Amino acid sequence: MPSDGDLRLVSGWGRTAATAAHLTSALTPVDLSAAIKRAGPRGVIGRGLGRSYGDAAQNAGGDVLVTTGMNRILDVDVAGSTARVEAGVSLDTLMRTVVPLGLWPVVTPGTRQVTVGGAIGCDVHGKNHHRDGSFAAHVESMVLETPARGTLTVSANQEPDVFWATAGGMGLTGLISEATIRLVPIETSSMRVDTERAVDLDTAMARMTEGDRFYRYSVAWVDCLARGRSLGRSVLEFADHARLEDLPPAGRHRKRALRFKPVASVPAPPWAPSGLLNRWSVAAFNELWYRKSPRRAVGRVVAAAAFFHPLDLVTGWPRLYGSRGFLQYQMVVPDGAADTVRRSIEALSGNGCGSFLAVLKRFGAGNLAPLSFPQSGWTLAFDLPAGASGLGPMLDRLDEMVAAAGGRVYLAKDSRLRPDLLEAMYPALPTWRVVRERLDPDRRMCSDLARRLPALLDPPTPGAAR
Amino acid sequence: MKDALGAVGSVLVLGGSSDIGVAIAAKLAGPRRATVVLAGRHPQPLESSAAAVRAAGAGRVDTLPFDADDTGSHDDFLTKATKHAGGDLDVVVLAFGVLGNQSADEAGGDGAVRLARTNYVGAVSVGLAVARLLRAQGHGTLVVVSSVAGERVRRANFIYGSSKAALDGFAQGLGDSLAGSGAKVLIVRPGFVRTKMTEGLPVAPMSTTADEVARATVKALASGRQVIWVPGSLRAVFIVFRHLPRFVWRRVPA
Ligand SMILES: Cc1cc2nc3c(=O)[nH]c(=O)nc-3n(C[C@H](O)[C@H](O)[C@H](O)COP(=O)(O)OP(=O)(O)OC[C@H]3O[C@@H](n4cnc5c(N)ncnc54)[C@H](O)[C@@H]3O)c2cc1C
Ligand SMILES: NC(=O)c1ccc[n+]([C@@H]2O[C@H](COP(=O)([O-])OP(=O)(O)OC[C@H]3O[C@@H](n4cnc5c(N)ncnc54)[C@H](OP(=O)(O)O)[C@@H]3O)[C@@H](O)[C@H]2O)c1
Repeated sequence: MPSDGDLRLVSGWGRTAATAAHLTSALTPVDLSAAIKRAGPRGVIGRGLGRSYGDAAQNAGGDVLVTTGMNRILDVDVAGSTARVEAGVSLDTLMRTVVPLGLWPVVTPGTRQVTVGGAIGCDVHGKNHHRDGSFAAHVESMVLETPARGTLTVSANQEPDVFWATAGGMGLTGLISEATIRLVPIETSSMRVDTERAVDLDTAMARMTEGDRFYRYSVAWVDCLARGRSLGRSVLEFADHARLEDLPPAGRHRKRALRFKPVASVPAPPWAPSGLLNRWSVAAFNELWYRKSPRRAVGRVVAAAAFFHPLDLVTGWPRLYGSRGFLQYQMVVPDGAADTVRRSIEALSGNGCGSFLAVLKRFGAGNLAPLSFPQSGWTLAFDLPAGASGLGPMLDRLDEMVAAAGGRVYLAKDSRLRPDLLEAMYPALPTWRVVRERLDPDRRMCSDLARRLPALLDPPTPGAAR
Repeated sequence: MKDALGAVGSVLVLGGSSDIGVAIAAKLAGPRRATVVLAGRHPQPLESSAAAVRAAGAGRVDTLPFDADDTGSHDDFLTKATKHAGGDLDVVVLAFGVLGNQSADEAGGDGAVRLARTNYVGAVSVGLAVARLLRAQGHGTLVVVSSVAGERVRRANFIYGSSKAALDGFAQGLGDSLAGSGAKVLIVRPGFVRTKMTEGLPVAPMSTTADEVARATVKALASGRQVIWVPGSLRAVFIVFRHLPRFVWRRVPA
């Protein structure tokens, strides 16, 4: 029997393909195991803050268990630089607690509004991936409720196969109740940022490869609408945590330097029409933004929140993409396949489907998690309105290119991948399926993502859905 | 499972040898090699439809016996169809229907009653069963192939027209009843379509093809629209037709 939680329409951050599920909230670990026991034939999936773009945290006709009520920080070990937290704690809450103590979560995605459970479930990465790897690398241990094996405490040493299957496992191995994560010591809550413009893609890539040796954080914002010789023109940002001495003398005492009070976000203005972002407004914005960026600026000191989470400043911005919602395409290709990045940007700028900016970044080596997204190479991500014409075939072609180059797309962002390419993109998928099957032989964990990409749960049969 | 851009993993066609139904299945299933189940009364035409859908790129294609008139069998039939679809039914196309022979049916016999039974009673029975299933699934779309003939019923074919008017009203209400359930109804109102149903009839103005109906349907499934007309211009035409005085309307020929 599914739970009798409210039947609600649930969608991801992109607001495409909403489906109805029984929504319940978990407040304690017992709620998690109870939810698994109660799950009916359509199963149950965990959901944090719903920041994955597609259908990873949806489960049509089944149960969706929201974990944001499990939001206690259980312990912070300042000397050892670790925090033990419940899975529903958001990085926002965690930062507000640990930054004043001089600590920073090693990995943060482009928004603070994600839960620790969601960060593990997608094995998220940040602008420091080339240096520090992805989220799971900094998880000391976690507690997982599983259908077949009950409560497990796992780490890279203790039941490592379960640990790595859960990292990036898209919630399909069980429900995480808590995790102990490692933090880095910081002197200030500011970043020291160097910015430069790159006139084209080759320049941007060359400069990023160089810069990554010197900076902990790096990212390039690519103007997808620039064509021809300007194809791939970008603004590059390199950064490190600011030291006390980087601050103006007046700000150099510890308490003030570690202040972390990012402004509560403001909503997108109500007069902004839904669907405001079209080809023309985007093109105008991109031009202005590129021109206004400094050709080169060194040592700018900015608040960490502004550097890491610029989009958190405006709530409701997805509405600007219109009623059909939007999607994000994020792929990674190996270092040698820079040409695939170029051809993707070409496809985008040629298609004119109104992509805002693309984010380009170099990844360092991947980890042992079979479904973890990052692998060493280039990652490119861009948002697109779902209603844009010709989008489906264009992205299908990108999928093919990416797979052929030995790359993959990011399941946390995905809402439309060609199902037949999943296994080519994630060659360790069979290993993952075996571990998953052991933890959940009766298929109690399920999501719309798993239904859309059946190879997640079952080896593909010849002639099956593409 | 339908994806963000409307691509689907499975399609069931009720009236599996209908030219319009097959065209929709082919267009929907092609890009992602979706599983297709074609359900109908006669195995032979179903097999040739299956071949056409396979040729369009579908993945697995199965055929199943289904009779709209045998209302008692509909629940069991859907259980079986769901298994053949490999899990969920992403799209169900209600495409069966008969045109009847207006003058003969007016003159006597049971043709008119049989038409009403298939086009309306059969649709009500299987439509409700599909809706229950999609509601439990939490997603999925029932495509109801209605007709402009039901928008304002004409003297020349009022037996068929009234069955489509009833079907259309049923489909509208069914769609409303599913609000918030994740499941949806898409009503497709074609004008004159050149298919085996209309073979030998004089071609009406603004006629279209099964392929065009399919193209418009696939587009509407992606965008989430609830009612479409094919061709789209018929919508405006019928706004006018609806207001013609009765003495004019009843002289409109077949
Ligand atoms: C503006 C924006 C910027 C972003 N930038 C980045 C980025 O830079 N890098 C990056 O990697 N990602 C990025 N993301 C994606 C985001 O970090 C991930 O989707 C993240 O998983 C969202 O966390 P959540 O709590 O919202 O999880 P949800 O979206 O709710 O769930 C994500 C997955 O985690 C699983 N899950 C959630 N909680 C649990 C639990 N307790 N136990 C087991 N499984 C669970 C769910 O089942 C689901 O499969 C960004 C997203 C947005 C909206
Ligand atoms: N063609 C047009 O101009 C037009 C216009 C508007 C609307 N429509 C509607 O579109 C739908 C499809 O029509 P079409 O043009 O594709 O014609 P079609 O090819 O003749 O399709 C109708 C199908 O319905 C099936 N059918 C009839 N009675 C049935 C029953 N009791 N149980 C199961 N299946 C049954 C028929 O198959 P068997 O006889 O082999 O069972 C046939 O395959 C119909 O509802 C029609 O009313 C057509």
